[in-house]
Amino acid sequence: MGMDNAKKTRQGLARRVLRRPAAVIAVAWLVLLVAATTAAPLFTSYGALEQDLGNVLEGPSADHLLGTDVLGRDLLSRLLFGGRSTLVAVAEALAVFLVIGVTLGLLAGYRGGWVDWLVTRGADLMFALPGIVIVLVVLSVFPGNLHAAMITFGILGAPGLIRILRAQTLTIREELFVAAAKVAGLTHGQILRRHVLPRMASIIIVQGALFAAIVVTIQAGLGFLGLGAQPPEPSWGGLVADASQSIDRAPWMLVPAGVPMVLTVVALGLLGDAIRDAAIENWAVSRSSSAQPGGRPAERIPAQRAAADDAVAAPAPDALLSVRDLTIEIGGLRVVDGVSLDVAPGETVGLVGESGCGKSVTSLGILGLIPGGGRITGGRVVFDGVDVAGAPEAMARIRGTGIAYVSQEPMVALDPTYAVGRQLAEAVRTHRRCDRKGAHARALELLDLVHIPDPAAVARRYLHQLSGGMAQRVAIALALAGEPRLLIADEPTTALDVTVQAEILGLLREIQERTGMAVLLVTHDWGVVADLCRRAVVMYAGQVVEQADVDGMFAHPLHPYTGGLMAANPHHAVHGEALPTIPGTVPAPYEWPSGCRFAARCDRATEECAAAPVPLSLPVPGRSTRCIHVGSLLQEGGLR
Amino acid sequence: MAILRLVVRRLLSSLPLLFIVSAFTFVLVSLVPGDPARTIVGQHATEEQYENVRAQLGLDESLPVQYWNWLEGVVRGDLGASLFSGEPVTAMLNNRLPVSLSLIIAATVVSGIAGVALGVLSARRGGALVRTVDVLALLGLAVPAFWLALVLIAFFAVQFRWLPVTGYVPLGEDPVEWARSLVLPVVSMSLSAVAIIAKQTRDSVLDTMTKDFIRVMEANGFRDRSILYRHILRNAALPVVTVLGVVMVSLLAGTVFVETVFAMPGLGGVTQQATVQHDIPVIQGAVLYITVVVVVVNLLVDLAYGRLDPRVRA
Repeated sequence: MGMDNAKKTRQGLARRVLRRPAAVIAVAWLVLLVAATTAAPLFTSYGALEQDLGNVLEGPSADHLLGTDVLGRDLLSRLLFGGRSTLVAVAEALAVFLVIGVTLGLLAGYRGGWVDWLVTRGADLMFALPGIVIVLVVLSVFPGNLHAAMITFGILGAPGLIRILRAQTLTIREELFVAAAKVAGLTHGQILRRHVLPRMASIIIVQGALFAAIVVTIQAGLGFLGLGAQPPEPSWGGLVADASQSIDRAPWMLVPAGVPMVLTVVALGLLGDAIRDAAIENWAVSRSSSAQPGGRPAERIPAQRAAADDAVAAPAPDALLSVRDLTIEIGGLRVVDGVSLDVAPGETVGLVGESGCGKSVTSLGILGLIPGGGRITGGRVVFDGVDVAGAPEAMARIRGTGIAYVSQEPMVALDPTYAVGRQLAEAVRTHRRCDRKGAHARALELLDLVHIPDPAAVARRYLHQLSGGMAQRVAIALALAGEPRLLIADEPTTALDVTVQAEILGLLREIQERTGMAVLLVTHDWGVVADLCRRAVVMYAGQVVEQADVDGMFAHPLHPYTGGLMAANPHHAVHGEALPTIPGTVPAPYEWPSGCRFAARCDRATEECAAAPVPLSLPVPGRSTRCIHVGSLLQEGGLR
Repeated sequence: MAILRLVVRRLLSSLPLLFIVSAFTFVLVSLVPGDPARTIVGQHATEEQYENVRAQLGLDESLPVQYWNWLEGVVRGDLGASLFSGEPVTAMLNNRLPVSLSLIIAATVVSGIAGVALGVLSARRGGALVRTVDVLALLGLAVPAFWLALVLIAFFAVQFRWLPVTGYVPLGEDPVEWARSLVLPVVSMSLSAVAIIAKQTRDSVLDTMTKDFIRVMEANGFRDRSILYRHILRNAALPVVTVLGVVMVSLLAGTVFVETVFAMPGLGGVTQQATVQHDIPVIQGAVLYITVVVVVVNLLVDLAYGRLDPRVRA
């Protein structure tokens, strides 16, 4: 991004900020305020010191719009003339704040090393101090010198800005275009001015607005304490002090003394918020417009249901879990599209596919826990004869006892702040009635069940004291606490070392044999499927593309995607030969074509493939596939 | 044992802060045109009287020697005497410390409870409550405590006469009056504190809600209440505790204003008076006391962190 570009976005930013009503009102108030205070005589006919002892402590009237004080001085006039010292104070403090904050923040982030160390330490030190106390010390040395006070306050505020800009500079420094600028022979000063600073303009403005808001109240506070402008000179803080003197006789004075100040700070705060929001929006807009060239709303994608889908639409009567036509949308975008699958009691079923095919969302959808505010928009999830898809309470009841869950990354799957044993005991007590002691004993049993050596010692440990393999064993123990009839394991070994993977898989098989629990195993690893599963369901771009018993599938895949995935499996790699891969990537949900979703990557694709949605067909009993070339696939496999 | 080591380590590492602040104050004070001796002896004193007082105060020594003498005094618990009243500074500040601590602790408890409750509620319910926290945050920034205090006095003390206008009753004297004298100061100090804590709590709870282990707990049937109150809250507490420390330091700074409004004899009030009167020994002492309170607050934050997060404990 060059300078022109940065300038353009900045203009765009101003326009977007002013599109917000709150920001317009805020700007209008600030402009009015600056105009009215600098040109005060145009707005009021009274002098700030002009006394009228015949009209003291009056409320608002046509003569005195905001009333008068104890000496009969016009409050509007005192407010406007007093605002001048506020403006000067804000300007002084803000200038110091920005100069120090920007300079040191950029320097620390860009140079790094000892400069960074020194600046960060200094900033931390100053951050720890209550600023106002230091300002008071300065004022005790320079009595009544508000300039000194405001410069001090600017210095004391700067560490906040330094910290933010330092962090920003650190990230920008690592970006490519900065390296390119260096190669192009720009000096450090030029790089900072042209490339780094413009990127941080909105942050600096936001922080500046917030700081100005604080300065307004601090300056008024000092005036109130009698440390600013000396009476009879007007100031906003002085007005509050005057009001406090006559609080029992004329409480009204508090209003003109405080409300304009409060409104000014609110305006600065709103302006800061608006700029920040507009900057975020800008970022989001440029991101999404580049990321979704052919972005298409989900509504237009036809539900791909055809005659053959209906054939499997009825839940299997003997299945433990029977998912039918499950459709899930996240943010209005369909990400799972009519998925059907069955798991029989005690059976292990593999759910296979590349990342981004919708496997994890499907498995979380079965549990009714779709991330990112997504929801089930169609289909059934029948567990043990009860449809729980539209019944959150029924679904909540089967979690843990009916269906349990083990996630992919064990090191973030447990609460880091509780000892392992306490979490397990809580899981136990959630599902069965027992006392603390009983729950603890059962927790140790569970740890023993997953082959944790010395369960009593491990129970006292925290997540960060466990290895990945141990953590996954504990996570499995946690899932077993409710004695579930089905375990959904979402890539339970992907994050682990190869040797540990085999142990965890062995553990799963052993537990299954012992308890008769069924397992739905989400994976992209055919080795795991071959090792553990009886049947496999292959997903691609939100749909099931093939379903078969594992032996049959390995012998003769009936969908080119299944075949491609198997060929790309590193377990089958021949030493010295390049691993065959499927060209291209899984299309994102907004890129799904209306025809076969795999056609773009398929070596068998013909024109017909892209023409219309491909239904699931049942070419062989117990197997289904979503490929129109299934006939030739069958012949090649010699299955017919 | 580990905690003791942590306390000692933190206290040692805060020594530089104490040195820098006191040295800074010292250097700054040496810039004062004229000197305290002149203030004490007055305009009509002879040069001899003036020199005597100077020597008495140690002002004829060089700056580093003066600082060293002051540090020695700190160790002995002797911070000199007020130029204004002649009262020993240590005794004076010791009398005033409990007032400020009452204020800060009460305001921290009130704003901590209110802020966390509001933050959790708005994270859970969303909608209008989210906006409420945002509006509150803006008001907390915009409404200065000293003005809010006056508005509260105008209503609750002057108009309705429910609460005392000003003053402070020591806890030992009359616990009920002590509490009554704290209500308005604490409420006026707490507005911005509640806002800051509520906002941090909301953001932190929302962030924790998206964590993997929360999803795992939901998926394994943990009760919603337990997930929220035991697990989300505890994990969300870490950043809130940090903010609580920052809030306590700003409450300490706020005593300068609030104690002045309510005429309370606390550290903030004495700092303000000493500033107006250029009472240098009192200011130096007050800055020292305030810095020590900041150090203790930071220590408490660290200890809370250790209790909440087992990774820090190790």
